[in-house]
Amino acid sequence: MTASTLTPPRTLTRRVSPAATLRHTATLAWRSLVQIKHNPMELIDLSLQPIMFVLLFTYVFGGQMSGDPAKYLQFALPGIIAQNAMFATMNTGFMLNTDLTKGVFDRLRSLPIGRMSPLAGRIVADTVKQAWSMAILLAVGMLIGFRLKTNVGDLFLAFLLLLVFSLAFSWIAVLIGVLVDEPDKVQIFGFTTIFPLSFTSSAFARVDTMPGWLQAWVKVNPVTNLADATRGLLNGGAVASPVIKSLVWAAALAVVFAPLAVRALRRRV
Amino acid sequence: MTYAIQAEGLVKRFGETVALNGVSLTARPGTVLGVLGPNGAGKTTAVRILATLLRPDGGRATVDGHDVVRDAHQVRQLIGLTGQYASVDEMLTGTENLVMIGRLLGLSRADAKARAAELLERFDLWDARDRATKTYSGGMRRRLDLSASLVGRPSVLFLDEPTTGLDPHARGGLWDTVRGLVDDGVTVLLTTQYLEEADQLADDIVVIDRGQVIANGTPDQLKTQVGGQVLQVRPADERDRETVAGLVSVVVGEGMQIEGDLVTAPVTDPAVLPTVVRRLDDAGVVVAELSLRKSSLDEVFLALTGHRAEAAEATPELVTEGIRA
Repeated sequence: MTASTLTPPRTLTRRVSPAATLRHTATLAWRSLVQIKHNPMELIDLSLQPIMFVLLFTYVFGGQMSGDPAKYLQFALPGIIAQNAMFATMNTGFMLNTDLTKGVFDRLRSLPIGRMSPLAGRIVADTVKQAWSMAILLAVGMLIGFRLKTNVGDLFLAFLLLLVFSLAFSWIAVLIGVLVDEPDKVQIFGFTTIFPLSFTSSAFARVDTMPGWLQAWVKVNPVTNLADATRGLLNGGAVASPVIKSLVWAAALAVVFAPLAVRALRRRV
Repeated sequence: MTYAIQAEGLVKRFGETVALNGVSLTARPGTVLGVLGPNGAGKTTAVRILATLLRPDGGRATVDGHDVVRDAHQVRQLIGLTGQYASVDEMLTGTENLVMIGRLLGLSRADAKARAAELLERFDLWDARDRATKTYSGGMRRRLDLSASLVGRPSVLFLDEPTTGLDPHARGGLWDTVRGLVDDGVTVLLTTQYLEEADQLADDIVVIDRGQVIANGTPDQLKTQVGGQVLQVRPADERDRETVAGLVSVVVGEGMQIEGDLVTAPVTDPAVLPTVVRRLDDAGVVVAELSLRKSSLDEVFLALTGHRAEAAEATPELVTEGIRA
C-alpha cells in the first residue's frame, strides 16, 4: 500500500510562481479590506477620527492661531493629512500582531502560498486605507473652505509622496507588531511616539514661533519635511527641498526597518 | 511501505528548554496516529514541525515522502492543520474564511464558493455562514477551523487537541468526523491529553513525555503494558497498610504502590476485585475505601515513567466506600 492508493493522486508544484504570489497577495489584501464590513470600529478609525481632527483644529484653535478659522484651515490641513498618515501606519502593526497572536498567521503559513504574501497583502490593504483617509480629509477640508491653490497634478504628487512615506514608516509599525505580545501595545507605542513626533513639527504651527531649542529639533524632524512638502504641493511654494528630504527619510527608514522587521518576523514564526 | 508521516529523532530547543529530545514516530496511510501526552510534553512542537511551521534543530521528518524542511512547499500542498494556533479570521464570516482559503489554494472564485458551501453544510454551519466568526460558539469555531483545514482535500490531517474544551456532545461529533475522514483515506495525526480519545480513534498511539517518546503501540498493547484499570484500597486503620499491601501485591503482581495510607495497583483483569475482597476478609482487615477504576493518563504516565503527569484526570468507575470485609 502506498500513500496515494486511498486519496486521489495529485500533482505537486515545486515552488510558488511570481504570478501566484501576486494572486495570493491580492486575495489577502481583499481579506483585510473585507474585514471592515464586520468591524465598524475600523471604519470610524479611518473616517470619523480624521474628520474630527479637521473640525476641532479648524474651529477650536483656528481663530486663535490665525485670527480666522478659514485661514488656519488653509495652513493646517496639509499638516493634519501628514499627521494622520503617520498615525494610520500603526494600523499595520496592530493588525499584524492580531494575526500573529490569534493564530491566523500560522494558518496562512501552513498553506502552499508565497512566504511574504501575508505581510504583503496586509501592506497593500493598508495603503488602500491610507488613500481613503487622505481623500476623506481633503473632502471634508474642501467642504468647510479649504482651497487647492495648485493643481490636480500636484495634489496627486502630494498623495503619492504621503503614501510612499507612510509605506516606509509602516516598517516601524511592522517591527513593533512582531515584537510585542499583544495588539494594544502597538497602540501604546503609536501614541507615545507618533503623538510627540507629529506635534513637534511644522504640521500645526509656524516653526519661527517656537523656542530656539525646539526649532532645532523641529527642523530635523522628518514630519516637518513631510508637512512642508504636502503644504507646498497643495498651497504652492517651494517644494523641491522638503520633497527630496522626505524621500531620503523614507528610503532611510525602509532600508533600516524593513530588514529588521522581516528578520524579526522570520524569527517569531 | 511509504509512511504518510515519518519522523526520526526530532530535536527542538527554545533557548535553554529542550522541547523535543529525539522524537520518532510513524503513521501508516489511511490510519489515525494518536499522540498522547500531558501539557508541555512537546506534542504541539512536534505537530508544528511536521506542518512546516517550525524548523527542527535535529532529526528529519517526511510527509508522504516529502521532507518537511527541504520540500516544505510540497508538504503544504498535502496537509491540513487544525489547532489553537492555526485559527480562522474572527473578522470574516464563515463563508469568507473558507472562500479566502480556497482562493489561496488556487481555486477559481466559483469553485471556492462551491467548496465553502459544501463544507459549511457538512459541518452544520450553513445558518451561520454570513455571520462574523467572532460571534460563533466554541464548538462552531472548532468546526469552522476543521472545515478550513479541509478546503484543499488534504491527504494528511493534523489535529492538535481538537476536542479540548468541547462538551461531550461536540466531542462525539468530532470523533465521527475523524472516522469519516479516515474512511475516505485521509491519514490523521491527532494529539490529545485524553487516553479515552486516543483509545476511541487511534490505530496506533505514541506517548510523549518531556520531549521524548516513552511508549508506542496499538491502544490494546499500551493498555496491557500499563494495566487497563487501577485498584485502590485504603484500610480503615493505617496500621493495616502493610498487610493490605502484601495481600494486593500477591493478587495483582507487579506495579503495587503505596501513597500515605492508600494502596494502588494496575490491574488488567477485573476479576481480581472479588479475590481481593475475599483475602481482606480472611485477614480481618476493615477498609475505608475499595475501588476499581479506569487507568487515567496519570497512571499511564506513572506506569511508564514513574512520575505523575501534570494534567491528569481520573475517571472513577466504581467506588465502594466503607466496605466491611
